[in-house]
Amino acid sequence: MAQRKGEEAAGYRREDDGVQPPYLYPDYVATRLRAPKKPLIILPRTLSDTTGPAYGRGAVGDLDDDLTRQHSGEPLGERIIVTGRVLDGDGRPVKSNLVEIWQANAAGRYTHHLDQHPAPLDPNFSGAGRCLTDAEGRYRFVTVKPGAYPWRNHDNAWRPAHIHFSLFGPAFRSRLITQMYFPGDPLLEHDPICQSVRDPKSRQRMISTFDLETTQPEWALGYRFDIVLEGRDATPMENHR
Amino acid sequence: MSSVPTPSQTIGPFFHDALLDKNYSELVSPDHPEGIRIKGTVYDGAGEVVPDAMVEIWQADTAGRYDHPTDDREDISLHEDFSGFGRSGTDAGGEFHFLTVKPGPVPGPDGKVQAPHVMVSVFARGLLKRLVTRIYFPDEEVANAVDPVLSSIEDPELRRTLVARDEGDALRFDIHLQGDGQTAFFEF
Repeated sequence: MAQRKGEEAAGYRREDDGVQPPYLYPDYVATRLRAPKKPLIILPRTLSDTTGPAYGRGAVGDLDDDLTRQHSGEPLGERIIVTGRVLDGDGRPVKSNLVEIWQANAAGRYTHHLDQHPAPLDPNFSGAGRCLTDAEGRYRFVTVKPGAYPWRNHDNAWRPAHIHFSLFGPAFRSRLITQMYFPGDPLLEHDPICQSVRDPKSRQRMISTFDLETTQPEWALGYRFDIVLEGRDATPMENHR
Repeated sequence: MSSVPTPSQTIGPFFHDALLDKNYSELVSPDHPEGIRIKGTVYDGAGEVVPDAMVEIWQADTAGRYDHPTDDREDISLHEDFSGFGRSGTDAGGEFHFLTVKPGPVPGPDGKVQAPHVMVSVFARGLLKRLVTRIYFPDEEVANAVDPVLSSIEDPELRRTLVARDEGDALRFDIHLQGDGQTAFFEF
């Protein structure tokens, strides 16, 4: 008999606590017809989800982690270094794990054919990267700071600058796609995708921090973005009991 | 160190160049003797197709072994050429497709056996978190009837959404995000 998490009064209810976004967040209009309405079914922990495609998908190329060197010239924009650690829910580093990123160029334009924003494409920037975490769970990308861009969610809607991150972690359970934002961005409070995470502390976890140690003199600003995935062995539910 | 996971955010509409730069939908070669095709269409709550979703699958090999260190059952030898992972975008008609093999049965909770199944993640614009579902096989009626996950779902309509349909040349597994006939989705 499947038990609804919501019935466990003492339990840790992620969606209710605003630690994770809900499926239905009407201010983000696209959720209205895509969010499931029937209650989710609790999946018991089995080998099907404590295993997972932990080692990603094939080889990572030499230039895959440097988005400024994938073409003949350098892209326009503010060169940045984005680095951080990937940890599981128990605080252990997630090693040798694939990190995939994608982003708009400095003008706020994606190379994607469906992006119709009238900002220039940059022939020297594709905006896609990947790398593997090291033994301490650390990843590092060199790229340019993405621009904000308009979207049609509501009148005068603009997405804050962000980099999409895709991670597998140690198990099927730990799969995560998220977005990294930049500190001090005035658009964050107007963005329903960011604001769908209702808990302010949790929202803060999606915002990178400027890091002088990562910053390289005369060359690039550094931002730090640590990522915590669901553990293979423990869930937040159990941690908070 | 905080153990609370980083919040999920939508994959958005512009992931294709980064995540689907190659064809990751064929888990076995087209001439594999046991190859099966699985395809389906993703629909939204208005019954419109979803052309900008990404579907990922994760499964055991034909012997029921997962290619992962946590599955350390040495009595079942691992099929070395089979990673068990696949990824497909949906096309303009909302359709995804995989070429794979049917997984064997795998261990379930409390010493029970789970019927052969494929784990599925669905990502799309408008989904702030992935959706998790499972594909079960129509020729496994006996195993499906006692599968611990399927039998935990009381509503027979909802349970039926998890069993693929045999269309001869392929198995069809449509995914309805919302509305009548909504697919059963899971949380951990």
